[in-house]
Amino acid sequence: MNASDTRLWRLMQPAVTLVLVVVSIGVPLWLVVVTAGKSRGEALNPDLSLPSEWHLLDNLRQVWTDGEVLSASLGSLLVVVPAVLGVLLFGSMAAWILARRATRLNAVLYALAISGIVLPPAVVTVVLLLRQLGLAGTAVGMIGVYMGIYMSTVIFFVTGFVRTIPSSLEEAAQMDGAGPMKVFWLVVLPLLRPVLATATILVCLYVWNDVFYAFFVIGGRVDTLPLNLFRVASAGLYLNNWHLIFAYVVLMSLPLIAVFAIAQRKIISGITSGAVK
Amino acid sequence: MLTTARATAPSRLATRGRPAIRRRTHPMWFMAPAFAILLVFFFLPTIFNFVYAFTDWSGFKSEIRPVGLDNFTDLASNGTLFRSLRVTVVYAVLVAIFQNVFGFGLAVLLERDTWLNRLARVFFLIPVLMSALAVGYIFQALLKPTGALNRLLGIDYAWLGDTTWTVVVVALIHAWKWMGLSMLIYLAGLKTIPEDIVEAARIDGATRWRTFWTVRFPLLAPAITFNVATALLGSMNGFDIAQATTGGGPARTTEILNIFIYRTFGQGLFAQATTMSLVLFLLVALMAFPVIYVLRKREEIL
Repeated sequence: MNASDTRLWRLMQPAVTLVLVVVSIGVPLWLVVVTAGKSRGEALNPDLSLPSEWHLLDNLRQVWTDGEVLSASLGSLLVVVPAVLGVLLFGSMAAWILARRATRLNAVLYALAISGIVLPPAVVTVVLLLRQLGLAGTAVGMIGVYMGIYMSTVIFFVTGFVRTIPSSLEEAAQMDGAGPMKVFWLVVLPLLRPVLATATILVCLYVWNDVFYAFFVIGGRVDTLPLNLFRVASAGLYLNNWHLIFAYVVLMSLPLIAVFAIAQRKIISGITSGAVK
Repeated sequence: MLTTARATAPSRLATRGRPAIRRRTHPMWFMAPAFAILLVFFFLPTIFNFVYAFTDWSGFKSEIRPVGLDNFTDLASNGTLFRSLRVTVVYAVLVAIFQNVFGFGLAVLLERDTWLNRLARVFFLIPVLMSALAVGYIFQALLKPTGALNRLLGIDYAWLGDTTWTVVVVALIHAWKWMGLSMLIYLAGLKTIPEDIVEAARIDGATRWRTFWTVRFPLLAPAITFNVATALLGSMNGFDIAQATTGGGPARTTEILNIFIYRTFGQGLFAQATTMSLVLFLLVALMAFPVIYVLRKREEIL
């Protein structure tokens, strides 16, 4: 590439970017919005045309009741919030010790603890185990399963982070007579803020959108947003109710878009900071 | 000032390893809750996997008896085992290739920090945040024989009904959903490359093109390792997108292992589902170590 090629590329790049965004992201999102606004007849064969008359609010109202969006949102929150808080707290407690006490036993424990990053969870037998524990089909069982699946990710990220922060602050607090609980809670945990932000974003993303594990563990007994989308869509596909499926997608994505709009910068730096060292 | 002075003395002692002090300041029981959860909800089910794959556990009777290798021989003899394995590996490799090519291309395209590029990055991140199930339904609507894409192109190709090519289409959709994440990681990788190395190459007379491929690209090795490994291993454990677009069809050509597990579990054939779950576990374990090893080796050479 010589200088004139470079100048040409500088001119072309915005146009290429614009076309790519419109074609690869704009078209699918446009399809969702216009189909969610159509009547049943118009939405039978979803296309990119505008609805002849907007029925968006009617459709939203219908899926709100058909898809039990309110109870599904509560169900999702009931599972996601304790699972994320638990996995972050317990994961960082373990990671702190694993990072600070470099014994041979801890090296083995660390390897075991992070094995879950790559290894897939045993979804079928976990149901058997939950039945034996009396937790099958309960929110508590689901929270435990999610914590078990994402504990490895949290321990991996946090241990790596703890190793980069000097231990002098902890030791100062210890000299002042603070016990391990106090040191962890008042000194270590606040220092972990950046890595915990990353881990929160990743784990929330996975747990909030999960259907696969939810099928096995709570299928049908606790409503969550993705499970209800699957229910609405399975019934809707049979009847070709694309307008309802996409109205549900719109409803389900609204909280996410709101969070993203507010914390966009944080999310982007959060996702990237953990991955590349 | 005072704190640092006071802190240095014990810190030197502690890092040199005084187990008695460490035991008091960093008690092992802090690890108990995490490992208890891991044990109950991750390790025990995995161990159960190795046990129940060799039984006739099902939803139709209460007692469970050992049956040896029957589940494996049944699944192998009717072809399910090898078909599902092949589909899963093909799917994972395709996703890893597409997701990295797209992510890398986007990162290079959007590298400069202009306002348009920043905005475009945000748009490419939307699919990452969306539910994979919703993504699947969107593409099902787009790719129906009477759907929007065929209408635009004026053809009636069954994108999701071709026994040879549909697995490629589904892998493309999976890659579309996650390409924004790969893009972010490649962007972060590109940012970590020191400007003076690139400058030095340019002063030595290397063209832009050559500088890129011989200087900057090799320095992206850590980002490539992370992206390829996560895409490959993540898509082997995939489910939502294939379920929402094809449900495993046509003629089970997109039936990756998790779809088979979900379907047989729903039919009450728990032992078969467990057997396939064990197969998936072994497949990922067998592929994870060589993949990560090879990619790490490439980093070391540099």
